[in-house]
Parts: sequence; structure tokens; C-alpha cells
Amino acid sequence: MSEFQPKILGFLCNWCSYAGADLAGVSRIQYRPNIRVIRVMCSGRVDPVFIINAFLRKIDGVMVLGCHFGDCHYLNGNYNAEKRILAARKLLSLTEIEKDRLYLDWVSAAEGERFANLVNTFTERIKNLGEIKINDGTKEMLLAVKDVLEGERFRHLTGVEYQVTEKENVYGEKIPVEDFEKKLEQILYEEYIKARILRLLQNNELTIPQIAQKLNTALDFAFKCVCSLQENNIVEMKGIRNGYPIYSANKY
Amino acid sequence: MNISNRKVGAVLVIGGGIGGVQASLDLADSGFKVYLLEKTPSIGGVMAQLDKTFPTNDCSMCILAPKLVSAGRHPNIELITYAELVGIQGGPGDFSVQILKRSPFVDWEKCNGCGVCWEKCPIMVDSDFECGLGKRKAIYVPFPQAVPNKAVIDKEHCTYFVKGGKCRVCQILCPAKAVDFNIPDKQIDIKVGSIIIGTGLKTFDPHLKSIFGYGKYANVIKSIELERILNASGPFQGHLVRPSDRKEPHRVAFIQCVGSRDVKAGNNYCSSVCCVYAIKEAILMKEHNRSLDCTIFYMDMRTFGKGFESYYKRAKEKYGIKFKRAMIGEILELAENRNLLLKYEDEDGNLKREKFDLVVLSVGLKPDENVKNLAEILNLDLSEFGFIKSIHFSPVETIRPGIFVCGTASAPKDIPETVTEASASAQKAIELIKEERHKLTRKIEYPGEVDFSGQQPRIGVFVCHCGINIAGTVKVMEVVEYAKTLPNVVYAENNLYSCSDDSQQHIKEMIEKHKLNRVVVAACTPRTHEPLFQETIREKGLNKFLLEFTNIRDQCSWVHSHQPDLATEKAKDLVRMACARANHLEPLPTITIPVTQSGLVIGGGISGMNAALGLANQGYKVYLVEEKEELGGNARHINRTIDGRNVKEYLQSLIKNVQTHPNIKVYKNSKLESVSGYIGNFRTRIKIQGEETKKNELVEIEHGVIIVATGAQEYKPTEYLYGKDSRIITQRELEEKIFSHPTMESFNDKTIVMIQCVGSRDNERKYCSRICCSQAIKNALLIKQKDPDAEVFIFYKDIRTYGINEIFYQKARDTGVIFVRYDDDAKPEIFGRNGALFIKTKEPILNEEIELPVDFVVLSTGLIPDKSNREIAQLLKVPLNEDGFFLEAHMKLRPVDFATDGIFICGMAHSPKTIDESIAQAQAASARAGIILSKDTIEVLPIVAEVDTEKCIGCGICEKLCAYQAHELKKTEKGYRSEVISAYCKGCGSCAASCPQMAINMKHFTNEQIMAMVEAI
Repeated sequence: MSEFQPKILGFLCNWCSYAGADLAGVSRIQYRPNIRVIRVMCSGRVDPVFIINAFLRKIDGVMVLGCHFGDCHYLNGNYNAEKRILAARKLLSLTEIEKDRLYLDWVSAAEGERFANLVNTFTERIKNLGEIKINDGTKEMLLAVKDVLEGERFRHLTGVEYQVTEKENVYGEKIPVEDFEKKLEQILYEEYIKARILRLLQNNELTIPQIAQKLNTALDFAFKCVCSLQENNIVEMKGIRNGYPIYSANKY
Repeated sequence: MNISNRKVGAVLVIGGGIGGVQASLDLADSGFKVYLLEKTPSIGGVMAQLDKTFPTNDCSMCILAPKLVSAGRHPNIELITYAELVGIQGGPGDFSVQILKRSPFVDWEKCNGCGVCWEKCPIMVDSDFECGLGKRKAIYVPFPQAVPNKAVIDKEHCTYFVKGGKCRVCQILCPAKAVDFNIPDKQIDIKVGSIIIGTGLKTFDPHLKSIFGYGKYANVIKSIELERILNASGPFQGHLVRPSDRKEPHRVAFIQCVGSRDVKAGNNYCSSVCCVYAIKEAILMKEHNRSLDCTIFYMDMRTFGKGFESYYKRAKEKYGIKFKRAMIGEILELAENRNLLLKYEDEDGNLKREKFDLVVLSVGLKPDENVKNLAEILNLDLSEFGFIKSIHFSPVETIRPGIFVCGTASAPKDIPETVTEASASAQKAIELIKEERHKLTRKIEYPGEVDFSGQQPRIGVFVCHCGINIAGTVKVMEVVEYAKTLPNVVYAENNLYSCSDDSQQHIKEMIEKHKLNRVVVAACTPRTHEPLFQETIREKGLNKFLLEFTNIRDQCSWVHSHQPDLATEKAKDLVRMACARANHLEPLPTITIPVTQSGLVIGGGISGMNAALGLANQGYKVYLVEEKEELGGNARHINRTIDGRNVKEYLQSLIKNVQTHPNIKVYKNSKLESVSGYIGNFRTRIKIQGEETKKNELVEIEHGVIIVATGAQEYKPTEYLYGKDSRIITQRELEEKIFSHPTMESFNDKTIVMIQCVGSRDNERKYCSRICCSQAIKNALLIKQKDPDAEVFIFYKDIRTYGINEIFYQKARDTGVIFVRYDDDAKPEIFGRNGALFIKTKEPILNEEIELPVDFVVLSTGLIPDKSNREIAQLLKVPLNEDGFFLEAHMKLRPVDFATDGIFICGMAHSPKTIDESIAQAQAASARAGIILSKDTIEVLPIVAEVDTEKCIGCGICEKLCAYQAHELKKTEKGYRSEVISAYCKGCGSCAASCPQMAINMKHFTNEQIMAMVEAI
């Protein structure tokens, strides 16, 4: 059997990393041929939804390469990219898809060799991880991640993170980045579980213990999430089964 | 020489470094034809060799290369490289110039820089670009990003020339048949209206300082060599190793002032940049290896520029770089390991020895050797140090009318100062020939665009062989056949060189024949070649955004040359992705916005007045707003410059010129009330404070550009008993005393103490105020000249008489001014006792406290940002830096632009600076602003964000996120909705990736286009 050739997608920004990749070419630095590049003007353009879609389409690894901090052609696009991609990695860590399949780094226009090294290292890493496993289970997880990524909370928080941790929020306060990250992690977890629950309840009527068991999460947390969905009128209690209330998603 | 009636709307720019390139771009963008003359085969100059730039550590090539490409591609810039000026006739406005272009022995019309020749050439030669640390071939391009990317044969080393007709490998293998050993040198005759000299610098040759052993000891290198060593594409691939054994150094010493401030070497001046570049190089080395031990040996640390002082501080505190004030005795090499023994005298006069394994010589700057020759041909004056002299109060004008100078050809300077002067010289060149604007320039006309709306995509695919560059690895024919099978592809073919003229012609024919409405090119990199193909399809009525370019050379064949099968697979995938995207490409209409051809200048000091005159002399209407009742600003308190020029006279004539200029309307006693609009279309309300009896008056003006020139203020000290005793004064007050009471006030037999850095470089104001050292020395010299028996002491931390002003520091010492150094932890103290004034200080040699009676204490107070800065920053939505000065768009290459288009900055509003520097910056700002005003309408790249107002809920994240204020929440009947100001949007797409409602899309990088590519992998 021939060697496993992973499919790798690279998002490169026009000004630094794409130029760095070109320099690797001009310098004839050889690297593994698995990467397929999509050029964007700025790493800040890379919507994490693109990345999850790529995984869903069995792309084994995704690299996002931008300018080094301070070099961004658009002043702070790469900071925004960092916030989003790292948050997306956190979400992936909640699934059975390895978060290391998503990689973020910086390459300047003068770093042809660095570009080649990063591609080689990443390709090797993905080879070791093996082919991405897209089955009903992981697909469900990725779709839930996608729901979160498309959701208001994720986009709002990652959108303002740079502003409020580096500059100030509307109250003129600067929030320590650690505090923000900690909070974000909690919210991402909650959003992810909610998205999973919602997906489960699309075609099923389930009780809280059933949900908690399927999602491998604490009973009270599952309960909290269901309540929150119920409050927003997305999920509805359909009745009682064996003494437990059963829920399903509202159809629109 | 008379100014002839006939003028030529073209400019010759001599020197293709960053200065020459910037001047060329400014001129060409302003509607003038430019000939850019460069003696080497490629433009780029010294900046191309640098690894990073201070104080932001930006990658030098990353910021330079796009400028080189723009200059190379500009329809109105003609590059004449590998050539020199040989003769000139005529006068300002109408020069005839003769240029000798050396033969490259390669037909540049045919050469496309594919690289086969230099790959196969058997002769290795030391590369100048790599400072001899790396090699090139006898046929070569100087560096990978060279512009033009054309090969040159080095006749001195080429076997064909050395051995008489042998070898010819390059000629045989050149796929374009471009090599021709019989091409002769060529004389080119051109006519121009003005000439700009930007010949740049050469670094001091450290062989001349034999005590350092450069050339003898392998591990003594000069700073520019270190730049190459540190560079990722340099001779050691960015590995920090020393030359002798390619081992990583552990202890590195930098020696400052090698060939600067050195009377013996004939370079009495300070080279201005070496302190900061040494700090930069030390920081970069530390970033390569944190455990490295780095010491900088120096005389005075001259970090006087914007952001430099905090850079210096960071180097000390964050990176642990050691700074030692010392005089170097000599360097010896240790035979056993080729390490170096440094003998030096420290500040306390102790002789010391220390071992290092690498020594870096911070070599000074000298004018390029070409300058001497040019000065002879052009009849220019050179200073005693060989720099081109400029006229009083116009730093870019030479003594010969019509000939201007910028950058290090006239004095040592850093990159932003060079770029500033480049724009300033463009301004002066334009003033001379303003009537000829747009007369010699070419505007490319395209046929009207065909409307394809509603039609099925018809894609044509063109796959380039690039000689053997692509076809040597990728099976091009297989890719072409594959492309034909893809959806909506109606035609596919291969080209030997898709970029060649005949292929371009052929592509146009195929567009017509097959009714193509999308074109996919699979070739080299879109970064250099996309615009060429865009132009080609435009000629056939296709909108340029209907082109998709995919890179199967730089990112495929070149980097997978040992895996032809996998490379071919990759090329097919890339073509499939490109076609998938092409299906979703949409024509984007050009966004044009009208321009109101007038400017607003805020601030009526030297900078503001020069900026106003600049625009007015270009023929534009200018509104000049000054808060005070008189024009003149800070200069009203200055009498003389350090070199004795009369500032009062200059200021009077400047004010007169401004007030009588028909294009300038001056508003005194006035402030901005409100500013709205954007580039080309600003609307401003000015409040004119009435005299006692009259009421305030409001005027509304419309203008296309804004120049901020609000200046700075003198710091009013609270320290050293200032204000408590009339004998304690500031330098400004001293200068007024010297000039207003020449007969009354005598300093004879008096003791005058000057204290430097009052209100600068302290905890509250961390920056250096740049001018105070020169100001103190100027006043000390004036006192000594008038009353030689006066005793003058100057207490200082570092004397920062950078550039040519260093000679006045020497003069002051020679005339007996006593310089005493103090440290932050032992500042001198001033106190009064029985009606007398005393200074208490530590005597450095005896190392004990002494008290000295003094007659005058003069405080060298720093400059602080003008109090109006904050308000103006808010009105214009432009940023201030942490010190409260305005922050430009880019510290290196856009020193007078704001990130917001249409708004510019100059003078001390930007940072403290001298009168000459302010004038140059003001002229630069007017040149940059003039580019916008030279057009009736300006085009904005239509790659901008677009908001779906149905989806938008007005959350405002995009408004907060956007670094360019391109999103604005506007009240609509449905509540707030985001609106994109296309003129501001730069097209990064960050907003689209964050919009919680997915209401924002990025044109030409739409979600659909990107997803189509993802799906096609």
C-alpha cells in the first residue's frame, strides 16, 4: 500500500506568509507536497467556519499562517486571527478530532526556510495522527463546533477579545487576558454542549440523564444547558417519561 | 542659468535605494514621468540588505519589496538600472541628460529571470549583496527579490570573457535565448525638468582602523555583515554563527563609532544611526539565542529618534544587553580558538581586558563614492566630509536650481528621514514643473467592460511551463488535459511563458474565440504577475477580478522538484481549486470618489507654513488654521541655528510668503470645531475667536486632505528651583537674553551651568527631546564667543549632537566648555545659600561630592506634545503614541502619512525635531497630500467589506474591530446598522470573520469563493 498522503490546507496571508512561501520557492527549499494553499489578504479573514468545513470534508490538517505580531499589513488582523483560531482549537479539544490538526503560526516574507520547516513539521504531525476520522459521531461533534463558531457568542467574544484585553472595554477597563481566556473557555464549553444537545434533540425526545450520558457531561450542567435552551424557546419539554421530563427541539 | 520657458514634465531620480524609489513613486503618482537611474542591476539599495529595521523590528525586505515591485510596474516610472549619468546640459525646468547603460550581455526584453543561467553557470563569485559572505554566479541577479528581475553577466569573471569565447553554457541553456555576448554599452539621452539625487550611503571601511583587526581576524565583522548573517535568506540561512568556524558565539561585543566622530579618520561627524542599529542587532541576536552575552561599547548612546529611547531601555532591561562607556585600545586574536581579546579603558579610567568570540564593528556612514563624480558633472558643492550641500532652510535643495537631494547623500540619516526627504525632494521637483503635470504621463485606457451577468461561467485555463521551471517537474500537459475535464472549463492550453508578449496576445485571442468570461492562470506567483494578466484580460473587456491566478511554480515545482508525480497531483489540485473559485468570481466595479482640490493645514508654525506653501505652490487652495493670533509657533523664540543661520529673518520671510500667497487663506485665533468626511471629501467647521467686541465666527470649508502640524511645547520645569530664582532659566530664556541685551548682559567672569535632560528621558517623559543637546551647545558657543572669560559647564547624560552637529560639540570642547556627566541616580542639585546659587554634584574623577557657586543655571528643557493633540486626535480619529505625539501609519516607510487615508502629519506634532527636519517633513507631507489633490477622482481598490443590512443587527463589533474606522454604525429606520466607508476599508476581512450575524462579506474573498476552494481540495 502506498504511504498515507495527508491532505493539508494552508491559509496564507498575502503580505507575509504567502511571500515567505514564495521565498522558499525562489530559494528552492524543498518541502512536503501535501499542502494546498488558499491565499487570503490577511489571516484575520480566516473564518474558523472554513476550517471546520474543511475537516468535515476530510481534510486532515489546516494551517493558518499570518504575519508576525507587529508586522501585520492591516495593523492587528493577526491578533484577531490568533484569538479566533486558538478559541477554535479549544472547541476542537472538546471533540474526538485532535485539536493539533489545526495549527496557527507566523511567517515573515523573509522566512522561506521557516515556512518549509513549519510545513514539514505539520505534515509529519498529521501523518502521525493518521487520516481524519469522519464518522457519524465525529461528524456530529464537528457540526456542533460549527454551530458554535457560527453563533453569536463565539463571534462576539473572539471579535472583541483583542480590543478589551489589549486596549479597553466600553467601561474603559482593560481586562487581563488570563481572566478573559478563562471565562471564554467556560463559555465555549457551555456553547458546545448546548449545540450538541440541540442536535440530539432535533430528532429525539430525551431526558436529562440520557443527554448527560450521551454527552458524557454532569447532570446538573446538562440540566443548566437545557434550561438555557428552553428559556430561548429553542427546546421544549414534551412530557414525562419514567418520572423524568423529556425534551425535544422546536421545529421552525 | 535662466529658467527657460519650455519645461519638461519629467524628473530624473539618481539612485534606486529606498530614497530614490520613494521619490519616484511620489512623483509618478502625482502625474510626472520619472526616469529612475541606478548604477547596480537592481533597485533596492542598502535597505534590501538589512535583516530587520529599528525600532519595530519589522522585516526589512517585507516592507521594501512591495515598494520595489510598485516602482518596477509603474506605467510612469522607467527604470534605467546598471547605468550612470555622464553628461548634462540645459537648466532648471529643461535639462538634457546623457546616461551610459552598461551592457548586461543579456537581452532584458527577452530575459524573464527564470534562473536557468545562474543555476548552470560554473563560476562562483563573492556576492556583494551578501557582503562577500555568500557567493553568486558570474551571471546573476543581485538578490532574489531584485527589480527588474533580469540577469547580468559579470564580465570580469565570466569564462567567455576571461578565456575568450569559451563556456557559453548560459547562452546554450537560456530558454528565452536572451544571452548575447555582443550587446554593446548604450548611451541614453533624455530630457527632464528636475533632478533628484538619492545616491545613498557607503559604510565606512574598517580596514582603515587597523587597531580593530578587521580583515585580519575572521571573527571581527562589520555591522552590515551581521545583518546578512542574521537574515533568514542570508549566507548562513539565518543561523547566528561566526565566520571562522561556523559556531554559535556566546559572547559578542559591539564597538560603536567605528569611522564616526573620528577626527583621525576624517569623519568628525556622527553617523546618527549606529547606536540604534547596534541595539537592534543585539536584540535580534538575543532573539536567536537568549543566553548570548552581548555588550555594546560606546561613547554616548544616541537614541534620539522617535521610539528609540524606549527601545534602548528595552534592550537593557528586557534583553539584558550590557552597555559600557569605554574607549577601545585594541583587539587581539587568540591563536587557540580565534576568540578576541578586547583592551579598553572604562569610564573611570581603568584599563581592562575582556574576551569575546565575536566582535561587531558599528561602522559609520559615508556618502556613496558616486557622489564626487556626480558633483563634478552637475556642478554641486560638497561639504568637507563629501556630502552634498543644501541651501539654507531648504534641506533638499542643492545650490544648483532644479537639482535636489535626499537621504544620506546630504548627511547621515535613518530610513524614515530618508523617506521623508525623498518625498520633500519630490515636492520641490514638482514646484518647478507643476504646469507640466500629466503632460508626459501615460494613462492606460481600457475598452468598456462586457456584461456577463446571468451567463454561465466559461473558464479558460492557461498553464505555464515557465521554460523548464515548472515543466521540468510538473507534467504540464497532464494538468492541461485534466483542466479540460473540470466544470465550466471550455478551453485549456499550455504556454512556454504565459507572461511573454506573444502568449499575452494569444490569451486575448482565445478569450475572444472561446467567449471566455473567467480566466485561470497557473504559473508563478500572483504577488508579482497577477497585475499583468489582469491588464491583459481588461484589454478584452473582462473585469480584472474575473482572473484567478494559482501558483504552481514558487509553491509547487520549485519546492517539490524531486517528486514530479506528487507535484503534478498538487498542480492539478491547485488548478481544480482555482477553477472552483473562478466559478464564483464576480466583476467588481471600480470605486471612484471625487476629490475636492484643496487642503487644510492645522498649525501655523514653521511646519504648518511650509506644508501650506508646498500645497499652494503645487497650485492648490490651502486653508491654514492657527490657534494663536500670530503665525510662527516655536520658531518665534529662536534667533539662530547652531550653525549660525538667522532664524528670525527666515521666519519673517516665510510668514510674508504665506500671508501674501494667493492660494493660502489664513485663519488666526482659530480652532477646529468639527471634522467630517473622508479622503478627498472632508468638511470642517472652523471657529474664529472674535476680538473683544466681536462674537465668535464659524466658517465651514470643504477640502480633500488634512495636514496636522500642531507642533510641540517647551516643557516648563518644576525641578531645580525653576521659578523660584530669576537666575534659574531655560535655554529658550537664555537665548532671548543673549540676543535681546547684547550690551547690558555680560557673562564675562560668570559661571554658567547648563543641565541637560530636564523633563526628558525621565520616568514621566521617557523619550529624548532630540534638540536640547544641540541647543545647549549653541548657546554655550554664543556665550563663549561673546564673553570668552565666561565659564560654561554642561551637565549631561549622553551628548546627542547627531549628524554634522557633532562638529559643534567638538568646537565647544575646544573653546573650553566643560562637559560633566551625571547619572540618573546622582543628578546635580541646585540650592541657594546667603543669596548665592550653588550646584552640588559628584566629581567623577575624585568620586566625591563638591559644591560650586554659580551665577546662572540654565535648564535644557525638553519638548512636550502640544496640549491640543488629544482633541485633534479625537476630531480626526487618528492615533497618538504613548508619549502623546501623533502616530504615523508606519514608522519606517510612511513617516508622514496617517493610517487613515487623506490625513498627513509633519513637524513636532510627530516628535521633537530641528527646524530643517521640520521643513523637510512639511514638504514631504505636502508632496504626499498633493498626490491625492493631483487627481479629480481617486480609485479605491474594490476589495472591500460589504454589509447585508437585512442581517445586520447593529451590534457594533465590526466598528470596534476595524483598525481603519471603515465600519460606522448609522441610524436607520430599523435601528442601527453598520455601513462600510469603502474609502477607508483596506480589505483585510477581519470583520467578515467576526460578524455574529454573518452579515459581512468580503468582496473578492467571499465566503462562497473560499468555501468553493475548500470543497475542491
